[in-house]
Amino acid sequence: MSDAVTPKNYPSIWKKPPLIKRGWLRWSLWFGAAIYLAIGFGTLEVDWQRVSEGIPRGQRFLSAFFPPDIFSRWDSILDGILESIWMTVISTVAGIALSVPVGLGAAKNLAPKPVYMVCRFIVALSRTFPEVILAIFAVKLFGFGPFAGFIALSIATVGFYAKLLAEDIEDMDPVQAEAIRSTGASWFQWVNYAVQPQVMPRMIGLAVYRLDINFRESAVVGIVGGGGIGATLLTAFDRYEFDSAAAILLIIIAIVMGLEYASGYLRQKVQ
Amino acid sequence: MLKLTDLCKRYPTGDEALKKVSLEIPNGQAVALIGPSGAGKSTLIRCVNRLVEPTSGSVQLNDVELTTLSSGKLRAQRRSIGMIFQEYALVERLTVMENVLSGRLGYVGFWKSWLRRYPGEDIKEAFRLLDRVGIMHMADKRADELSGGQRQRVGIARALIQNPELLLIDEPTASLDPKTSREIMRLIRELCQERNLAAIINIHDVMLAQMFAERVVGLRFGEIVYDGPPDGLTPDVLTEIYGEEDWEATIETVENEDVETADAVDHAT
Amino acid sequence: MAIINTESGPVWKRRTTKQEWIYWLCWLAAAAVFVYCFKLVSDKTIWFFVTDAGAQAQDMASRMVPPKWSYIHDLWRPIWDTINIATLGTALALVIAVPIAFLAAKNTTPHPTVRAAALFVIVSSRSINSLIWALMLVAIIGPGILAGVIAIGLRSVGFCAKLLYEAIEEIDETQVEAIKATGASGAQQLSYGIVPQIMPAFAGISVFRWDINIRESTVLGLVGAGGIGLQLEASISTLAWTQVSVILLVILATVIVSEWVSAKIRHAII
Repeated sequence: MSDAVTPKNYPSIWKKPPLIKRGWLRWSLWFGAAIYLAIGFGTLEVDWQRVSEGIPRGQRFLSAFFPPDIFSRWDSILDGILESIWMTVISTVAGIALSVPVGLGAAKNLAPKPVYMVCRFIVALSRTFPEVILAIFAVKLFGFGPFAGFIALSIATVGFYAKLLAEDIEDMDPVQAEAIRSTGASWFQWVNYAVQPQVMPRMIGLAVYRLDINFRESAVVGIVGGGGIGATLLTAFDRYEFDSAAAILLIIIAIVMGLEYASGYLRQKVQ
Repeated sequence: MLKLTDLCKRYPTGDEALKKVSLEIPNGQAVALIGPSGAGKSTLIRCVNRLVEPTSGSVQLNDVELTTLSSGKLRAQRRSIGMIFQEYALVERLTVMENVLSGRLGYVGFWKSWLRRYPGEDIKEAFRLLDRVGIMHMADKRADELSGGQRQRVGIARALIQNPELLLIDEPTASLDPKTSREIMRLIRELCQERNLAAIINIHDVMLAQMFAERVVGLRFGEIVYDGPPDGLTPDVLTEIYGEEDWEATIETVENEDVETADAVDHAT
Repeated sequence: MAIINTESGPVWKRRTTKQEWIYWLCWLAAAAVFVYCFKLVSDKTIWFFVTDAGAQAQDMASRMVPPKWSYIHDLWRPIWDTINIATLGTALALVIAVPIAFLAAKNTTPHPTVRAAALFVIVSSRSINSLIWALMLVAIIGPGILAGVIAIGLRSVGFCAKLLYEAIEEIDETQVEAIKATGASGAQQLSYGIVPQIMPAFAGISVFRWDINIRESTVLGLVGAGGIGLQLEASISTLAWTQVSVILLVILATVIVSEWVSAKIRHAII
């Protein structure tokens, strides 16, 4: 057709158009990143001598890790694991129970403005601080032991679960909600018939996921005195019983894996 | 020339998609492959370039046996087989130009392709083909910004830049509107004629097959039940391919609608 | 759902009698588990301290105000370190996570055994909290920021690799098929067919994890792995509560800023 009649000269160079169109912005981003990395690495302050000392130490560490020794500290390991599990269960249940009202209040399409503000504030506050910091203060207030860990994990659960619940409610299908509202249902009936069925499946999945997180976190609240397996782990490290520590870590991994399978199974079932 | 001999494909589920299919396609011939869904059309063309491994039988392209090639040699042969897909199968997040150039991947090394450093000749050819299919101004657009017809044009350019000897075309019009479908089919036919290419076109639109192919092969349950010129598709033949249905309407419209007038309409717009 | 025929005609109920029983039994079992666990925990609790907590809280709060604002000048460096730990740790994690994700995804793994191994690496990394990683690393390479960076990195590998391999498994296979049909090699199929498809997921995951890592790196100092946690630990152990309140406010501010930044970046990407 036309190309046969008039042979055109086509360019033989082509460059992919850059992601960021403005040249100066692109270059200053690259430049900024390079400078940041240079300064960042510069302030790492690595004590290379200490690190090189650490390599044989790491090898000893690893060889002490294998084979893991479950038996010599079996009583305290079992005790710690069980304590972690109890803590996990009750803090997940209590946390979720508290999350439901907070989450409903923090959903923009459900709650009046003042309630919304208060609930959002609660969520933001309980989300900010890592579980460990919450645990430090819980230990100061409630004394050593699993109760402090329970309080810390429950607060963290509220921050996590209420936020996701509120977001899920905000994302729900408004048509279904409108249909139920148009029947003249009261607010509670409306929540029960329009909101609950829509958010339930995902929320059950998230509850199991949070159970999983709480179990993992229960290992660290123990480091600051919040009870559970963390305390046992810290003792093992302090006494240089790395084989026991390895056993504890493997048990944690195994339980988390089990929980992951359980949550996968449960999510398939409810969806 | 493409020659299939006793080609069989049995899937692990036990479904026999192809039962001893034999077919010869000389250079420069465009063959329309028609048949109901699940007849094995898609499997047939994928067995040619071994995106699906045939169970038994032979596939010969210009006297090279494809079914027994090692993976390295198979890649070299795939370069001479262009493929055009049903849902365009463009890499959505790459630009039009990168999609076209990806047709040269078999010829360029990994690092050159990673850095997008294609030879000048390839880039020239890519621009020429984009111009030929009518979307040169789109070269720097991302593929997901294009309309269906434009995407299929990119797909065609990608197949042609391979400089193929054979085109495998899988339902090129399945997701296009009737007018665009005809434009795309016409483009494919013209390009096949220009380059003297053999082509297998899977198509479920009998009318389009009759309009644009010089030979029609009907496939049913993995077996060839018709092989002949488009005007040999009588109601009886269609019933044999697709099953019982009132075929008079389909055939009548084709006869009423002259291909040339359709051309004129499309050119005017 | 059940329709039960009674003398006065059919009655609709949500569940059959048997389902009703099972439903309530499940609830009862769950309640029993909860009560039992709570009892075990309460046995290990000294309730005197718990009842005393209100007074303790008042006492602590009164000692925390007013915050000792001048202390903030000692905190700039720890904040910088904290951000570095999070950023460099995330970068380290991404470098390791990308190959692991490709090994773990069903459609790109070279062999099922390799996939199982990759999945084990992912689960191990995810199960162990960064604080525990830090605890181990401080024992090996000594206290300092480097231990923190590696701890954050090792903890994030599993998270990033998991999300990434899920993204790889969800790609559109026909795009890869089309690249394969041109005669492209395996590496080229990866770079042209798969990489462009997972880029948005990759960017989103990086920013998401960076945000989480800022939060996590604030506490690594508790076990000696650098960052603002060191000051927190020191202030708490010397009972300098007015400093503690400054540190907590600084952490709060850092977390809010990082959340804002990551939301901005995610918005710009999507």
